[in-house]
Amino acid sequence: MAETHSERFRTPLSRARGTGASRHGVSHFITERVSGLALAPLSLWAVFAGLKLAAGDFEGAAVWLASPVNAVLLCLLLVTALIHLQSAVQVVIEDYIHKFTTKSALVILNVFVCVLSGALGVFSILKVALTGAF
Amino acid sequence: MVELALPKNSQVKAGKHWPAPAGAKKVKTFKIYRYDPEAGGNPRWDTYDVDMDAVGPMVLDALLYIKNTIDPTLAFRRSCREGVCGSCSMNIGGRNTLACTSGWAEVPGKAVQIAPLPHAPVVKDLIPDLTLFYAQYASVEPWLHTDTPEPQAEWRQSPEDRLKLDGLYECILCACCSTSCPSYWWNGDKYLGPAALLHAYRWLIDSRDEATGDRLDALEDPFKLYRCHTIMNCAQVCPKGLNPAKAIAEIKKMMVERVV
Repeated sequence: MAETHSERFRTPLSRARGTGASRHGVSHFITERVSGLALAPLSLWAVFAGLKLAAGDFEGAAVWLASPVNAVLLCLLLVTALIHLQSAVQVVIEDYIHKFTTKSALVILNVFVCVLSGALGVFSILKVALTGAF
Repeated sequence: MVELALPKNSQVKAGKHWPAPAGAKKVKTFKIYRYDPEAGGNPRWDTYDVDMDAVGPMVLDALLYIKNTIDPTLAFRRSCREGVCGSCSMNIGGRNTLACTSGWAEVPGKAVQIAPLPHAPVVKDLIPDLTLFYAQYASVEPWLHTDTPEPQAEWRQSPEDRLKLDGLYECILCACCSTSCPSYWWNGDKYLGPAALLHAYRWLIDSRDEATGDRLDALEDPFKLYRCHTIMNCAQVCPKGLNPAKAIAEIKKMMVERVV
């Protein structure tokens, strides 16, 4: 890291303390772990469902998705995976991007992309489940 | 953005070669990072062919031999020569460790390559600037915090509680762990690093301390604490065999316990 002119005159302790702790982070940590935990059984279910659907035809899949249990589990899988993805990608951005504007823009973009994917996915699942595939 | 390559003026060029004296039988090559800010120019790798018959078993013995008999301009820190002061930490054979407790015969590769601790500003040759590292240690306020009036004698502690400090108090602040941590490389200005966090935990679990909540408050931050991604380089390189990653995991556990 190149030292800027103003940094040269700050004491090391002032630099180390910075703006202090933001009192934030534990909820992010818990979200990452709990969503990961929930994804374990959901992913297992998704693998079995995928194998079952691959063996059947299009109509069979539409009927499968019309079942409340399947539609709800699929929605939960999608939403949980996107929550997990959003919090994990945010950590990667914070690790590697240091410029405030670029970092903030990417963190917001990450949220937007995940929310949009989730909304589109849940809407599509409900559409098939409630009104059929045609 | 993260720095994946060295800036042009930091790229290490080939340097001087110091051949072994005629008649030397047991010769070992030492490839040592050299940088002198006063002379300017890029850093360089100098190679020294050393007659090992005249040298003690440790890398520090070899460095002292080189400085005393071959090239007095070589700069490095050293003091106790027995692994208790933490002065001679450097990157030996690609691994952060203490020069005084690592034997040159055990370094892998044909030549013994010695560089300063990674991703720290270089003062000269093998001497890194650890000012911020020490300030980060100071920022966790590594001393007993109490509001209760001081007792007539010492603050008392059960033997079981005292045992909890083992594996923590032995840290000698050599900076091998922090400077081996990629998270510390990328965000060393905001992430406290494994050494400072190990000390933070040492005071968090001290049964005599009365500021546990304040200490946790001061650490709860996406950067100060949560940049640790359990890469584990810290535990792998610690020359005292400590496990800073475990201490950090325990802090994260304490953070969860107080909200659940």
